[in-house]
Amino acid sequence: MTDSGNTTAAVTISGITKRFGDVVAVDNIDLEIADGEFFAMLGPSGCGKTTTLRMIAGLEFPSEGSLKIFGDEVGTLPPNKRPVNTVFQNYALFPHMTVLDNVSFGLRMQSTKKREAASRAQEMLDLVQLGEMSARKPSQLSGGQQQRVALARALVNKPKVLLLDEPLGALDLKLRQEMQTELKSLQRNLGVSFVFVTHDQEEAMAMSDRIAVMNEGKLLQVGPPSEIYERPANRFVADFIGQTNLLDATVEDEDHIILTNGDRLRAPSPHRPGTSVAMSLRPEAISIGERGSTPAEHEATSLVGQVESVTYLGHAIDYVVKIGWIDLEVRGDATAGTRRFSAGDSVSVWWDRTSDWVVAD
Amino acid sequence: MTTAQTTELSPKNLSDANERNKRRQGFLMAFPAYAYLLIFFAFPLGIVVVYSFATRNRFGGTDLSDWNFDSYIRLNDEVLRNILFRSFTLALLTTVICLLVAYPFSYFLATRTPTIRNVLLVFVMIPFWSNFLVRNYAWRVLLGSDGPVSRLTELLGLGETRILFTPTAIVLGLVYGFLPFMILPLYASLERLDWSVLEAARDLGATGFQTLRKVTIPLSMPGVIAGSILVFIPSFGAFVTPEILGGGREVLLGSFIVSQFLEARNWPVGAATSTVLMAVMLASALLYFRKGGRTL
Repeated sequence: MTDSGNTTAAVTISGITKRFGDVVAVDNIDLEIADGEFFAMLGPSGCGKTTTLRMIAGLEFPSEGSLKIFGDEVGTLPPNKRPVNTVFQNYALFPHMTVLDNVSFGLRMQSTKKREAASRAQEMLDLVQLGEMSARKPSQLSGGQQQRVALARALVNKPKVLLLDEPLGALDLKLRQEMQTELKSLQRNLGVSFVFVTHDQEEAMAMSDRIAVMNEGKLLQVGPPSEIYERPANRFVADFIGQTNLLDATVEDEDHIILTNGDRLRAPSPHRPGTSVAMSLRPEAISIGERGSTPAEHEATSLVGQVESVTYLGHAIDYVVKIGWIDLEVRGDATAGTRRFSAGDSVSVWWDRTSDWVVAD
Repeated sequence: MTTAQTTELSPKNLSDANERNKRRQGFLMAFPAYAYLLIFFAFPLGIVVVYSFATRNRFGGTDLSDWNFDSYIRLNDEVLRNILFRSFTLALLTTVICLLVAYPFSYFLATRTPTIRNVLLVFVMIPFWSNFLVRNYAWRVLLGSDGPVSRLTELLGLGETRILFTPTAIVLGLVYGFLPFMILPLYASLERLDWSVLEAARDLGATGFQTLRKVTIPLSMPGVIAGSILVFIPSFGAFVTPEILGGGREVLLGSFIVSQFLEARNWPVGAATSTVLMAVMLASALLYFRKGGRTL
């Protein structure tokens, strides 16, 4: 049944390309999603993440490449012949059926007896806390409830992989946070792989075991959230995930870079001298102090500048520090007793040697 | 005391005033249409209903003094029952054929790009640009014993085709004439369809055919019902096509009503038949509003 000897990945994508006419939506990507993994595909709209998901579901067929689900090639198999189910972006519930009929639809299509299908659907609805809504029509439910119905409708079929296309996109913030936790625990209990498409990087970070970052049809980086956040593979990933300062620079030697204003910083990188790079520096990783107060051990990773603006956030203070013509965002402490700065103050900023990260352009 | 009450600007008074204002504006805008319909539609309709209860006098005129149900009782006549049955069957057949032809086409239409849709929709409407009567005579030429259809079958060695002046010719003509009335509402309802719902059905294990039966058709029901009514009603009372393509051999409802008014000069019976026909149409329209017109 399987051709790879050891543990079989839930989804194996190799060399997949999808073209719509002249547009390349997905450009030669390779990806392996493990069984039982919560996997997020993240990227701006139009990056090809939804197309990739739809190819796994069978709603689109790849133009090139191979797609396997648990070792079986499914490239051009229609969606009804695949052991996966999808939670659609706008839920796509059947408006002419009751909630119960919606949920039992998949079972009925597998020729499960009507009574058994109904009782299993009812169980699943109880699980998502909608047991009492089974006789209603989808239009009589709130967005959050419809979302749960869509989830129940997919899960009742016991898919080997559950695909979710921006399932929380239409919910308001509070409900979204609740559903994030709920989805995560549901996935852990079921032990099924969830493949989750989102453009919300915080959502991806909070929920996933691994994240794939995509842009313009290309797969840029795959890894656990901390790796993606701390060690972005390139400028796009660094910029897309979280807030960061991207300082343009040139590599001087293997340990140093030179910023565009001439400041020399200690920042090891594997790039050849002369390469133009960007240094990613998270605002929260930077310390701020009076000019000249830089601790000796951080001297090689510090800069001096002038506070340009101050934004009070309650739990923190955001400073923009002007270093020559470079703007540096710094997130300062707002706890009582810490020195606060105001616009025009001369300051030093420094960071730990391990918190910067140099990416190629 | 009354003045104090009317000038007081309480929130309730204001919202009432706003309501009144809106209603008045709505009425003013609808007035021309209302007036036109009242004068040229409702009023003559009333006359027809009134005449159906009147009596024909010996000179072929109508006496409005003697009110009775005679005309309706006369409708329960063997000959007329046959006419009704025949008209009903042909109209039903026409509707079913239109539905079977139009549904796949409308589905095709709804899944094309907007540019192609518009071009195809124009093709659907082109027949309306020429006179209905002329188009029916064109069919007469087509189906005639020395027309192209017959020539073709003769060439193929199948012998002469004698379709003209048969019920087949009438149904062919009716389907041709009323097909756009089926395509347009079907297209409208299929075009509004949320295609992701069809994808969801496939994703949940339904085959293409199961998706059609369980999801697509139920969701396009408003279009199916609207189109069926739009085809059935005019087919049921059709006059021109049965006259021209049926050659008057087959008396249908439309021809019967015309002959009652013009030849038999029995206006009350003609009016009674029309009233019954209208009642049937009204019933179908009500069915539509109850079944298909409700929003899904």
